[in-house]
Amino acid sequence: MRTLFKTNYSFDIDHLVDPGERFRVLLVIAIALALPLWLSSYALSELLMFLCYALAGLGLMVLTGFSGQVSFGHAAFLAIGAYAQVWFLQRGMPFAFSLLLAGLVTAVFGALLGRAASKMHGFYLAIATLAFAILIETVIGAAGPVTGGHMGIQVPGIEFFGQPLDETWMQYYLYLGVLLFFVWGVANLKRSANGRAMVAVRDSETSAQSLGVNVARIKIQTFFASAYITGIAGALMAHQLFYLSPEAFGLGESLKLLLMIVVGGLGTISGAIIGAVFVSFLPNAIELLREVLPARVAHQVGLEPFLFGAIIAGFIIFEPDGLYGRWRKFRLFLETYPYYKRATFTRQKRYLKTGRFR
Amino acid sequence: MSTLLVQDISVSFGGNRALRDVSFTVEPGQIFAIIGPNGAGKSTIFNAISRIYPVSGGTIHFGDRDLLALKPHQVVESGIARTFQNIELFEKATVLQNLLVGCHAKMERSLLSEFLFLPRVRQREMVVRRKVEEVLDLLDMQHLRSELVADLPYGARKNVELARALCAEPQLLMLDEPASGLNPEETTDMSFWLKDIKEELGVTILMVEHDMNLVTRTADRVLALANGEVVTIGSPAGVQSDPRVQHAYLGGVE
Repeated sequence: MRTLFKTNYSFDIDHLVDPGERFRVLLVIAIALALPLWLSSYALSELLMFLCYALAGLGLMVLTGFSGQVSFGHAAFLAIGAYAQVWFLQRGMPFAFSLLLAGLVTAVFGALLGRAASKMHGFYLAIATLAFAILIETVIGAAGPVTGGHMGIQVPGIEFFGQPLDETWMQYYLYLGVLLFFVWGVANLKRSANGRAMVAVRDSETSAQSLGVNVARIKIQTFFASAYITGIAGALMAHQLFYLSPEAFGLGESLKLLLMIVVGGLGTISGAIIGAVFVSFLPNAIELLREVLPARVAHQVGLEPFLFGAIIAGFIIFEPDGLYGRWRKFRLFLETYPYYKRATFTRQKRYLKTGRFR
Repeated sequence: MSTLLVQDISVSFGGNRALRDVSFTVEPGQIFAIIGPNGAGKSTIFNAISRIYPVSGGTIHFGDRDLLALKPHQVVESGIARTFQNIELFEKATVLQNLLVGCHAKMERSLLSEFLFLPRVRQREMVVRRKVEEVLDLLDMQHLRSELVADLPYGARKNVELARALCAEPQLLMLDEPASGLNPEETTDMSFWLKDIKEELGVTILMVEHDMNLVTRTADRVLALANGEVVTIGSPAGVQSDPRVQHAYLGGVE
């Protein structure tokens, strides 16, 4: 087992100080950069959707994973981002500006929702975010002149500083760049004061407050940041959908995002990415599964949502730390072999929560 | 250094009056202990001072600041930090991160510069880290620095909570049962630390404590509370021998 000898405060501030971890992350980035060499443009366009989901998952991770505020309606932010992007592009705004503005518009919506939600907890927050998502979907459907209503609206192509990005590989690099930028940004956030305050609010609002954390403000900021990232993801996703209609951002999408971060591992950036991999390729896996299943089961209506639900439930019961948590256990198993013991990760359950107050 | 002046505060929950006209003064540099049977309202005093519970009457001043005019998150800026009876740590964070949150109020913050991690954000991190290391040295817990709080035993958590409050560089430290659940050896350590904090850092300490041994060893003044009312205030020995205090704990012994 490797032990890091820390000689400087920077060891606890810098990213990826562990050589093994650094190697693995750089390897993943290198593979991601090299993928267009090997893949067909069809496979690449599938990957583009995956990048959008990973970014949206990252946004939800900031909200739910870091500050513990659950959102059942995150697809609404995808929708706002996507429609804002189309609206700005239609008015002749350059792509880069339009993308930034779409994020900003979404973030303002996020902050407003955060303002309303800053006094809510658990169940009530879940209902409020759900209601918000339904509201947004309905408003988009009704606001025909601006959004095209249920008829839908055409998405203009990407033109990056006068250069049309019509090749899939060009878009792939653009999307990858955006994702990496936000992964870096969120990692930065996590190692600074506001990011720590988010975690503090998640674990104990009362003591966060007594240490000078303005809980309501942190919640609003978290909603703002989360909605910004998700809005950008929505704007990028719009260009892959080609045609926007409110149904594309329904409850199913919100649940998909939630599934991603739970399966990936709450509270970690890797969790959002791993969860996106899982969710993006789950439909393909279900297709494969259909072939081996008996016909009556395979063509049952609702097989897909059923499996989604079963997987969420399974993870919550058996591996609350998600796939990333599983991976960490596996790493420790290799590092400490043959001394690994399962008890390392068992946590004592604490029942001493009686004196807690919100 | 500021004096904590509590005058005639009352706290009620519906018709239940948890505190009735409680007054006391904590002079700078003192260790002031509050004792009393269960349900006397000891923790309620703490929650009133840290603005978690609304106060229905009376005033609380710290130095020249009116605490009742502050919001809960502003109390720490006036120089008051506290711990909780049932340990309110950030469980899924490391000890280091917990202590850094303790420095939160002193840090200049902006979402955008943190997102981009501008050089000044790193500088600020370095500055508060230094403070955190001083506290770790004082409480002799450097070895716990990168442990997850969820992995620590109860006694160590108590100390982490004390350390986190110290990171806020308070003038007044409020400790809600610092020795509850500690074994005799840990309690002795605690009493030394309390004296160190008082003498080396010059911090005033207000604590709720049941362990009379710790109270007599450390406290300068003791307030006995029963049924939301002050029974007596005095030196540890004087309060312990007061028949009214014994009556409050043991019931009628006529």
